[in-house]
Amino acid sequence: MKQNIAIRVDDLTVAYNYKPVLWDIDLEIPEGVLMAIVGPNGAGKSTLIKSILGILKPIAGSVSIYDKPYDKQRALVAYVPQKGSVDWDFPTTALDVVMMGTYGSLGWIKRPGQRQKKAALEALEKVGMLPFKSRQISQLSGGQQQRIFLARALVQNASIYFMDEPFQGVDATTEIAIINILKELRKAGKTVVVVHHDLQTVPEYFDWVTFLNVKKIATGPVKDIFNDNNLTKTYGINYKVSVQE
Amino acid sequence: MKPQETHNLCGFTTATNIKNCKHLKPKTIDITEYITLVFTDYTLRTITLGTAILGAVTGMLGSFAVLRKQSLLGDAISHAALPGIAIAFMLTDTKDSNVLLLGALISGLLGTFWIRGIIKKTHLKSDTALGLILSLFFGFGMLLLTFIQKQPNANQAGLDKYLFGQAATLLEADVWLMASVTGICLLVLIVFWKEFKILLFDADYTKTLGFNTKFIDILITSFIVLAIVLGLQTVGVVLMSAMLLAPAAAARQWTNSLATMVGLSAVFGASSGVVGTAVSASQNNLSTGPVIVLVASVFVLVSFVFSPSRGLLFKQIRFIKNRRDLQLHKTLAFMYNIAETHHNIAHPHTIKILNNFQGFTKRTLQELVKKNYVKLEGSMWSLTEEGFKTASNLYNQQPENNE
Repeated sequence: MKQNIAIRVDDLTVAYNYKPVLWDIDLEIPEGVLMAIVGPNGAGKSTLIKSILGILKPIAGSVSIYDKPYDKQRALVAYVPQKGSVDWDFPTTALDVVMMGTYGSLGWIKRPGQRQKKAALEALEKVGMLPFKSRQISQLSGGQQQRIFLARALVQNASIYFMDEPFQGVDATTEIAIINILKELRKAGKTVVVVHHDLQTVPEYFDWVTFLNVKKIATGPVKDIFNDNNLTKTYGINYKVSVQE
Repeated sequence: MKPQETHNLCGFTTATNIKNCKHLKPKTIDITEYITLVFTDYTLRTITLGTAILGAVTGMLGSFAVLRKQSLLGDAISHAALPGIAIAFMLTDTKDSNVLLLGALISGLLGTFWIRGIIKKTHLKSDTALGLILSLFFGFGMLLLTFIQKQPNANQAGLDKYLFGQAATLLEADVWLMASVTGICLLVLIVFWKEFKILLFDADYTKTLGFNTKFIDILITSFIVLAIVLGLQTVGVVLMSAMLLAPAAAARQWTNSLATMVGLSAVFGASSGVVGTAVSASQNNLSTGPVIVLVASVFVLVSFVFSPSRGLLFKQIRFIKNRRDLQLHKTLAFMYNIAETHHNIAHPHTIKILNNFQGFTKRTLQELVKKNYVKLEGSMWSLTEEGFKTASNLYNQQPENNE
């Protein structure tokens, strides 16, 4: 079975100071997988996503989306940042935040219109947040805020979704709602990459996994590589060797 | 070198267009007389317009500074502008406000980019970087001012007005400059509204959508610097940041929409300017800049107390009301538990049983009667049908929004 490669990362190295956060990452993510990136704190999981998305500038290496540079393929990619990365007391409503997902396709200066609003409302419906569309975002619970972020990415109608810890600090209801949407996305042939912390749910939620700890430990189908050997390599002794201090 | 202690409206004699100073001399003027004066008196009209426009533009831009958590940036920029004023004076030997403000603009921008540089390149946090640049530039500026003061040059005296500002020195040309900058700023705000909003909320995400966040960022920051520099003549280096922050902080209390906040902030800023000028002109010519800042602070104070959704007063009222409701419900639940033991829920019980229950007070009982949950007969009470139904359904389904 020959699958298309949705995301290809070559020799990616990222450092904030002199010590690398990511070292020489080679990664091929096939189209249509629901992939978890797992690894201990400080392993560079978020950094990997941010570098692929061009938020961080790598020291070396390249990223391609469907064999073209990311710059040319932005329209195919959507991003769900960590919920804690923004100030939820910002004066705006849930609908307004979801509308922001349409800004990319609008480009500079053009304002969102009826079509964009309709798309945003549909996305809100999908995540079960339609009744809260006019709610000031600080009045939403953590799980609801996460769903708003997910809706904002859904509006982009992308082929590839990157999500940074979407299950962090959400209750069971939201977690189930989110994972169902992710599975739906996969069914529709989309590629979904998720930074994930809860190792126990990996086999249940995902079909592909990447073990990361500064270096790439392993990547492949969950059923083949999600085993003690790789877990030990990622979280065990090797952890101490590769990220001292 | 000391700042001028009294900044009366007519004090600055080189402002050639001041003609009607006599009108402004009286210690107190009644309101109608003052309003006529604003429209007829050239100086007063210029100052009122100038401070109003200044308040509007700083209020507008201040919203962005506050929402980006860059409240202190304004303070650093205004202080950083001081050496620019001094150097511009030393180089050109003129007191033309345009030349001096150009100097202020350059050194303000320089300070801003240093701050950004320090935050980016070192491990220092932004407050440290701001404080560092603020005091460094201000110290250097003061040094230059003292140096100029010591020079045998008759032209020097006016520079210290930039410390605390002197609205009386505003000329029509200055007001025109302010108006055009405000106009351009408004235009840019409208054109790039969507980009500003998304950058303020989520910069990383904005980048992934393909927007040049650096460009948007520099655009906002440049306008903030420009607005601050424009205000130096009127409000001065030391108090200028209040013009940026106070209207925005006040406006945030009243609305949950960015557009309304920006608009309201502009209105608050402009009103502070107008009212401040009026107070200063009618009350024995108090120094205008500080009065404007104080008026703006009154807006903040009132907003913090009286805003319906975020204000302290209504928050407290809601808090008390909630407690009372809970107490009421708790009492009702207690009565329900007693009533439940009888076949007939309307069976009367003595009030005495309630006395060893914490949530119960005489007033709660009265309140329950008023809501028709409970009937009172002498010293006996009984649940009504409605009270029983309400009590059995209390908090059965937690509404989702109540987390």
